[in-house]
Amino acid sequence: MTIQSADTAWERMLLEREIERFLYDEAALLDERRFSEWGDLLAEDIHYHMPIRRNVKFGEQHRENTDTESEISWFDEGKRTLMGRVRQLNTGVHWPEEPFSRVRHIVTNVRVMSVDGDEVEVSSNFFVWSNRLRDECVMFIGTRSDILRRDSETGWKIAKRLILLDQNVLLAKVFSTFF
Amino acid sequence: MVTYIKGRGDRNLRELVDLENGVISREVYVNEDIYAQELEQIYGRAWLLVGHESQVENPGDFVLGRMGEEEVILTRDRKGKIHVFLNTCRHRGMKVCRYDDGNALVFTCPFHAWTYDTDGRLVGVPHHRDAYFEELDKSQWGLAEVAQMCNYYGSIWATWDPKAPSFEDYLGPFQRTVRWAFQASDGTDAGVELYKPAQRWRLPSNWKFGAFSFAGDSAHAAMTHLSVNAAAIGPQGEVEGGGRHPLAAPFPSKRGYMSSRELGHVGQLAIYEQPGVADYRDTWLLEPGVDDYWRETREIKQQRFANEYLHMQSDGQFHIWPNATMSDWRILMWHPHGVGMTESWRQYQVDKNAPKHVKDAKRRYVMRYCGPAGITESDDMENWNYAHPASLGMVAQRFPYNFQLGLHHNHQDERIPGVTIGDRGPSEENQRARLRRWVEFMEAGSWDDIFPVRKNGKSNGRSKGGNGINPTW
Ligand code: FES
Ligand SMILES: [Fe+2]
Repeated sequence: MTIQSADTAWERMLLEREIERFLYDEAALLDERRFSEWGDLLAEDIHYHMPIRRNVKFGEQHRENTDTESEISWFDEGKRTLMGRVRQLNTGVHWPEEPFSRVRHIVTNVRVMSVDGDEVEVSSNFFVWSNRLRDECVMFIGTRSDILRRDSETGWKIAKRLILLDQNVLLAKVFSTFF
Repeated sequence: MVTYIKGRGDRNLRELVDLENGVISREVYVNEDIYAQELEQIYGRAWLLVGHESQVENPGDFVLGRMGEEEVILTRDRKGKIHVFLNTCRHRGMKVCRYDDGNALVFTCPFHAWTYDTDGRLVGVPHHRDAYFEELDKSQWGLAEVAQMCNYYGSIWATWDPKAPSFEDYLGPFQRTVRWAFQASDGTDAGVELYKPAQRWRLPSNWKFGAFSFAGDSAHAAMTHLSVNAAAIGPQGEVEGGGRHPLAAPFPSKRGYMSSRELGHVGQLAIYEQPGVADYRDTWLLEPGVDDYWRETREIKQQRFANEYLHMQSDGQFHIWPNATMSDWRILMWHPHGVGMTESWRQYQVDKNAPKHVKDAKRRYVMRYCGPAGITESDDMENWNYAHPASLGMVAQRFPYNFQLGLHHNHQDERIPGVTIGDRGPSEENQRARLRRWVEFMEAGSWDDIFPVRKNGKSNGRSKGGNGINPTW
């Protein structure tokens, strides 16, 4: 672990607390369906990537997650597309979210992994629960690796998010929320 | 002849599928006995799309595929020959391969270590000498291989039925359409590869909701996909209203619903009023340099086909009976996974020789369009999902589905013999064509009853000679 600008244990704790609070607030925006405000947290150059997870032979772990260079993922995109998804959700006629699902993002195991100037690498786990219509239930569990960037005027921005969903064949019919 | 469905009283399948009146019982989609019969009568017999040669480029390469409910291994043996095997050990049934893809010298079963070569031969059995007394005949216990396999311009198809007709005959008038789907954008045969891996996910709905809707239900688009344009996912971005499809130059053609009533293959395709290929229209406005590549390959294609009418093979999408939907950029598989569940697969073709920036641009487009995260497809999933449970009720099943859109409003065109064309779109003729073939497969005692075609409810025998193509096509 390389913590450069959080020199003391005390500074490091404060930073970790600040990051945790940011991630919890972010999750609340999604759960409360405040998608446009959520979009404001995304850096203009964000890379949002959820690879497909492969079953691979021991020793081939480097192939476990599909890469962004040449392979197919579940999500592999930037802000333009993400904001398109936000606009779609806000139409009121995006059927997998009309009527909307009851979604809860549980964010845990938050760890600041490194600090590099204004950028912080953060690891966290998530449990996303979605319940919809009468009895449709979906669970998404996984881990995220984020680069968060401090913007002196507008606060933290998500510059990079790698999402590892712990599934192979996806057991949900759609992804209609963000992670 | 399996005329009756088992359970809930014996009823003739034809009572459930009334094509004359366009009225179809919901039981066809939700009845478990019918589903079990489908696995045997349809998935045990039909030619099924397993994958593409680009997934197994080198000797020893393998990738898991699916035929119906069952998992298969698509592999290339040491001599370079492609095989399709059932993924189960002949000893006690363990899956011999539990990796999605990779490269193997042999498949060694993790249970008792029976070992199979990549050509399927059983090559190793522990205790063969000391406890089997060398009496086990290894040559009889290789991996179960499909009865027939066909590499059709790079796409790999297989059937479990040795009596199935050749794949070319199976396709009939859709041969050219499948060939086109695996051509590069410059018109070279077998010029594509698939991006890896497949997107695979579960949709709680009978497999026919997806499989029989595609290339047959343009009526759904206006309502189902009302929200898509808000996202402007097309390569052109916001230009011209943010449509989801690339921009295309006009070319004199008649687009329509086209089906082979005899074979069950269907498409939303075109007949062209002049030979040749449409000009390229710039559409990748957000990604510099991408249009340049496709403009160049289009020009080559235009030269190559300057004097040919590319009916049913230049535009649109189509569906090969029973569960493969495709076009020249994507492949949608609808695998049955229980009566109320579909395992849906998406794979995408791209020119083998395209430069990286072109492959990347197209890859990002297909990911935002298709699959469970697809801005377009996610809306379809919801509708297919909930049509299923709402059809399950005892009372609900008294009310049949309506398939009357465009009923009896069809014509033929001598330019594409053997193909029925809806007089006007939208039409549900392509869905009716699949249901017609469905009844025939469900009733048939063997391939003799269903090939080449049934006339007046009777088999007219199999055509064996020459290229095997029935002249009525
Ligand atoms: S089940 Fe495979 S070796 Fe016994
Ligand atoms: Fe659709």
